[in-house]
Amino acid sequence: MFLPHTDSDREAMLRTIGVERMEDLFQSLPTANLFPNLSLPDGLTEMEAQGELQHIASANETAQDLVSFLGAGVYNHYCPSVVDSILRRGEFYTAYTPYQPEISQGTLQAIFEYQSLIVNLTGMEASNASHYDGATAIAEAVNMAYHVHRTKRKKIILSPGLHPHHRETVHTYIQDSSIQIVGENLSIEAGPEEIINLIDQDTALVVMQYPDFFGRIYDFSALVEAAHAAKALVAVHVNPLALGMLTPPGDFGADIVTGEGQSLGIPMSYGGPYLGIFATRSKYVRKMAGRLVGETTDSKGQRGYVLTLSTREQHIRRERAISNICSNQGLLALAAGIYMSLLGKNGLRQVAELNYHKAHYAAQKIAAIPGFEIAFESPFFNEFAVRCPRPAAEIADHLLTHHDIIAGYDLGQDYDGMENHLLIAVTEMNSREEIDYLVETLSEEPHA
Amino acid sequence: MPEPTIYDISSPGRQGMYYPDPDVPLASLPDSLIRKDFPFPEISEIDVVRHYTRLSQLNHGVDTGFYPLGSCTMKYNPKINEETARMPGFTQLHPLQPFETAQGALGLMYETQEWLKAISGFDAVTLQPAAGAHGEMTGVLIMKAYHRSRGDNKRIKMLLPDSAHGTNPASSAMTGLKSVQILSDERGNVDLAALRAECDDTLAGLMITNPNTLGLFDENLEEVVKIVHDAGGLVYGDGANLNAIMGISRPADSGIDVMHFNLHKTFSTPHGGGGPGSGPVGVTAELSQFLPSPIVDIIEDADDDGAPLYGLVTPENTIGRVKSFHGHFGILVRAFTYMIMLGEKGLRQASEHAVLNANYLQALLRDTYKIPHDRICMHEFVMEGHWEDAPGIHALDISKRLMDFGFHPPTNYFPLIVPEALMIEPTETENKETLDAFVDALIQIADEAHNNPEILQNAPHNTLFGRMDEVQAARNLVLCCWLPEDYEESAPQPLILD
Repeated sequence: MFLPHTDSDREAMLRTIGVERMEDLFQSLPTANLFPNLSLPDGLTEMEAQGELQHIASANETAQDLVSFLGAGVYNHYCPSVVDSILRRGEFYTAYTPYQPEISQGTLQAIFEYQSLIVNLTGMEASNASHYDGATAIAEAVNMAYHVHRTKRKKIILSPGLHPHHRETVHTYIQDSSIQIVGENLSIEAGPEEIINLIDQDTALVVMQYPDFFGRIYDFSALVEAAHAAKALVAVHVNPLALGMLTPPGDFGADIVTGEGQSLGIPMSYGGPYLGIFATRSKYVRKMAGRLVGETTDSKGQRGYVLTLSTREQHIRRERAISNICSNQGLLALAAGIYMSLLGKNGLRQVAELNYHKAHYAAQKIAAIPGFEIAFESPFFNEFAVRCPRPAAEIADHLLTHHDIIAGYDLGQDYDGMENHLLIAVTEMNSREEIDYLVETLSEEPHA
Repeated sequence: MPEPTIYDISSPGRQGMYYPDPDVPLASLPDSLIRKDFPFPEISEIDVVRHYTRLSQLNHGVDTGFYPLGSCTMKYNPKINEETARMPGFTQLHPLQPFETAQGALGLMYETQEWLKAISGFDAVTLQPAAGAHGEMTGVLIMKAYHRSRGDNKRIKMLLPDSAHGTNPASSAMTGLKSVQILSDERGNVDLAALRAECDDTLAGLMITNPNTLGLFDENLEEVVKIVHDAGGLVYGDGANLNAIMGISRPADSGIDVMHFNLHKTFSTPHGGGGPGSGPVGVTAELSQFLPSPIVDIIEDADDDGAPLYGLVTPENTIGRVKSFHGHFGILVRAFTYMIMLGEKGLRQASEHAVLNANYLQALLRDTYKIPHDRICMHEFVMEGHWEDAPGIHALDISKRLMDFGFHPPTNYFPLIVPEALMIEPTETENKETLDAFVDALIQIADEAHNNPEILQNAPHNTLFGRMDEVQAARNLVLCCWLPEDYEESAPQPLILD
């Protein structure tokens, strides 16, 4: 499959090489178990493979088959047709990392524009070409802050409102270092004031989420001020779509902004590939991991773009590099760039506000159901936690089985004592009818 | 003409995408939390489409021409992969849905694990790592967890042959291990004496790339593995070059303990201009308890008429999660589609032809270019891009000149152990005519290097862009652009670093 050689090509080539048979090319390999039997099936034609994959895909029940209010870090948004139409261009998706700038200006300029859009969206000064996802972007922020303080400050404060997967990922990354993680065990009711109390002279970084895992929005100005007074850095992990309407973290002094870029035109695809956003202040650019594209001129005097400051990176600095990251999420950064360009200033605000209004309508209706209440008083964007009269898992199970609704995310999975809490996300994809249907089925719930 | 940026073509009041008016009552907006300033482009749909289409035309991709970039396996990316990965049954699936509603996806992941196990000989596989380097870090954490679980806490040293992949030292160092380089011998194998000298009780392991970055299968692989194992260390195999040995030799059979796969190299998933990749990791049965969580398993066997029930499980002594959710699922769909289309026989044929094509090029070029380790190569080989009687010509000049012939240059200046390295990996999907044309171009370039060196030094000539001023880019760091009116008002200056 996908092999162009004819028999006579093959014979001629073997002759040129000076061997008789294909097997002769593998003389230097260990003879034991050479050409093993793998017990794998025979190949399929494209037609058969397409049918097989169609069959597998149809075994899933998706957001198209069900009414879904599931978010928890991944959101069902509309992906404009322009985005995928461009992503399908072979010139983009079949190219490698743009190490040869003369014939890679498409990728390079698209990344440069992505960096610009992220800088403007977050209110920061520099963005890299992206990390694997939101979780690993935070792990890189921890790593960077640790090195900004020349590994002398050991304490990293993680908000309990940071996505559980993101916190777990940070723990995996730092498991053998001398970094200490604090803050996660604070009460989930804790706001920025309680975090401020943890900041001291040994603190390298404070990581907050905005809106947080429970959907809450806090004003972090005082926290940033307190952190800076102790010479600690602050990283704010964002849902970038929310920044279509919310004050960007750059405005309240964040040193690093990370984000899960999935909400910028990237399909849910059962968990990936997504996009790890990473932006910071100019003064930290040399400590930032990941690829960077910079503007320059070519030998003809034309504006052009190249990968720059690569002396920071693993392929040059090897074991002294700050991170081992090599690839970025090139094609997803392109997707997010197209999405942001297409929506522009007004479209991004429009879709953000649409999420906001629908989520607030849903929250208001649910709060009116006897036995249900909104768990937190803080402002929220498109997601909120609901305290239910009985375990959220039971309610979610009942709604899925009987009404084809995914009611949300059961917070008891990650937080002790929150077994009755359901995290509900509402996006532009949820119609008023769907929201009313959710409210109606929740109202019919046996609450005893 | 360079393409203007999206900021250059912005005009206030334009919009490329509209949304319906809210079908719910409006909630009041929290004024204090609303952003005041939003310096963002405003562009119509057609202008966005033309802008990005024109940008795409400034790229060289596998779809537009030969891409013999060593170490990167730029094989053809089948179009069917793009179709299957976009099936709504996959794209519309939320990663935190109840597992009963995602049986298709979990089944596909399970089967992908099984295929990778069969190809590599390993006993367990995680699909979570996002890329090759991410898989390396995952593997090294697993090796450390193994030693720690045995109370063996003094193993702090990782050995790295100088023919290993470039990311290996940083991946190892990221976990806190000390890197020690092991030299190659004159045949391009790991130098056994040098290896033995470093094998003591502080040894955590060895990270070997095999076939290595010279394109050679280490002739002493079994001995290398034995020396490391005898010292109590583990062997990490960098599987980036697996494309040479599918159905031919299984890394686990050689005694390798941990290995990552690059689905974006061996299994035809597109490189995407720098990502997304996907770097699953395979391990021996003994190490499976340390795999990152979660992995996919059968949690209820099939009854007579149905499929088994798949679920996500956490290995007993897991190193933890290395990213959010379950890995780059969309990439797994592409790799799975590719594997089932090739089948057992096709996988072996792919590797055989990758090796055939590389040896064919090497045979035709060895009289013109110096090949420092001249023996049967695997899927790639390394030659030197310079001549004593052509002073002033470097591998870079040859690379740039190749662009004039419509070819993407080989990887240059890597591996570091070969001076002026040109690392050539044709892959199995290229036909003989393309390979012959590439050889003709390189032979002509060698002639020009001796008789008309300026034509190389000023190359490329036929591309829209000439060589870029990389020094200027690094000195006057301009990492983003702004709207024209922002330049007029506040004119952000380039960031000058010393």
